[in-house]
Amino acid sequence: MAEALKPTLADKASVLEGLPEHPALNAILAWDPVALEDARFDRNELTLAIAADRIRQACATLQAAGYNFFEDMTAVDWYPAVPRFQLSYHLLSLGYKERIRLRAMVDEAHPTVESITPVWAGANYYEREVFDLFGISFQGHPDMRRIMMPDDWVGHPLRKDYPVEGYR
Amino acid sequence: MVQLAGMPTLEPAEGARDQHMVINMGPQHPATHGVLRLVLEIDGEIIVRVYPEIGYLHTGIEKTCEAKFYQQVVPLTDRINYLDPLSNNLCYALAVEKLLNLEVPAKAQWMRVLMAELSRLNSHLIWLGTHAMDIGALTVFLYTFREREEILRLFEDIAGQRMMTSYIRIGGLSLEPPLDFLPRVRAFISTLPEKIDEYSNLLTGNPIFRNRLKGVGYLSAADAIALGVTGPPLRASGIDFDLRRDMPYSGYEKFQFHVPISNDCDCWARYEVRLIEMRESVKIIQQALDGMPEGPVKADAPKIVLPDREKMKTQMEALIHHFKIVTEGFEVPAGEVFQGIEAGHGQTGYYVVSDGTAKPYRVHMRYPSFPTLQALETMCKGRMIADLVAVIGSIDIVLGEIDR
Repeated sequence: MAEALKPTLADKASVLEGLPEHPALNAILAWDPVALEDARFDRNELTLAIAADRIRQACATLQAAGYNFFEDMTAVDWYPAVPRFQLSYHLLSLGYKERIRLRAMVDEAHPTVESITPVWAGANYYEREVFDLFGISFQGHPDMRRIMMPDDWVGHPLRKDYPVEGYR
Repeated sequence: MVQLAGMPTLEPAEGARDQHMVINMGPQHPATHGVLRLVLEIDGEIIVRVYPEIGYLHTGIEKTCEAKFYQQVVPLTDRINYLDPLSNNLCYALAVEKLLNLEVPAKAQWMRVLMAELSRLNSHLIWLGTHAMDIGALTVFLYTFREREEILRLFEDIAGQRMMTSYIRIGGLSLEPPLDFLPRVRAFISTLPEKIDEYSNLLTGNPIFRNRLKGVGYLSAADAIALGVTGPPLRASGIDFDLRRDMPYSGYEKFQFHVPISNDCDCWARYEVRLIEMRESVKIIQQALDGMPEGPVKADAPKIVLPDREKMKTQMEALIHHFKIVTEGFEVPAGEVFQGIEAGHGQTGYYVVSDGTAKPYRVHMRYPSFPTLQALETMCKGRMIADLVAVIGSIDIVLGEIDR
């Protein structure tokens, strides 16, 4: 907070121009520039929008590029927008001491994404949590079951069309 | 074979049905530190598989946050990790301040560091007492809770509440510290190093304690990173990483402290790392007391920070702002931020998404116990059931932050 905030770079072109030496950007561009749908640099945080069907490979690429620590993963429900769900992955580099965010958009009609558990085993509980609370399932996950709610629960509580007080 | 009603049945692996047994540990078990249920597949006394079943304490705090104003979320954060409340307050406040691009005054930052370190000491003291008690060293519990009581009295003095402090607010602190507070902290801190020596005298040379911890619960550095383990267990696996030093927040870059690491990767290493961390926290508090700047403890942002009581009763403007904040909240510019801090148990992170209204669109908490629990099986496979108890104690989990 004390540090001065760098200006916001709102689209892919300005991010690529504004952060020419960024290791995460370079790694993604070297791997597949098409998979990088958009980029944003806001409040000193870099967000890379990745095509949802390439997310596992993007994570593996970034892991090899030094972003070796999977910190967090969750979803945001933008109901009634289409595509509805935003998946946010936070990766940390213990070497660069820097964090980046990957974003992948998933549609309600086909809420399935590749699991990143082959890349980081630690994503296991996080993906189960998203499955439980948002109803997005992950292909290749070793144990895709509810984690917080009872197994026979109906609905996904963190969806925006699920009432805060629950169904009575 | 235990039949688990409504729960996944964990069957022994094919070909091992005559030898292996599945047993249930918890959710009401004194050694699981809360409502954690573990399903164990055992071969005699040896653990083959550990299956944590969580969610017993799930209260949907993330969903509740979406229905509250930004400032109303602060008390919810206390209740997630009830052993380290000020770190939660701090992390949430930092995240929202980042969204607002709001800078808090120097005194508030230093007080935040001081309170976060007291909170870390509180968390570590409970860990040490309960961990030793799990191992069978009942005495230490009484000693650590003696000091913990003093910390809780300090919390009560400054925030009016012993555990659910809600002291760190968006834009600063809720109140000026009382006049006797800093001298009381100084008096407490001056005696703490010898108290830590006392715990160390009770445990470090104790052959039973040593044998129960040394070589138990091995977690390699590669596994720790792959499983997302953070905090003292990560540093005890030889990874030199601490957000306070490496990605400083709230003015931590102005403090000198040493980050302890160990390459032993076992429960003993975690014990040693935490004990040194407690001594380092004392040093940080000492520096915070010595260099405490003068000035206000709230940012000059009348539309966000509640006015002082005095002003509210004498100035029309302040009264209006107070009314507006309480009834309508304050609007936060759209965007998303992730703020990580080093809490007592490891890296805590708040991911806050704003859509430009007065209520957060989404608040997600990354709490360190959640991924650390995943590492339990790696640490316990092939060991005795009694070692499991030692490992659960050494990773220091809080079920409130796992289930949220």
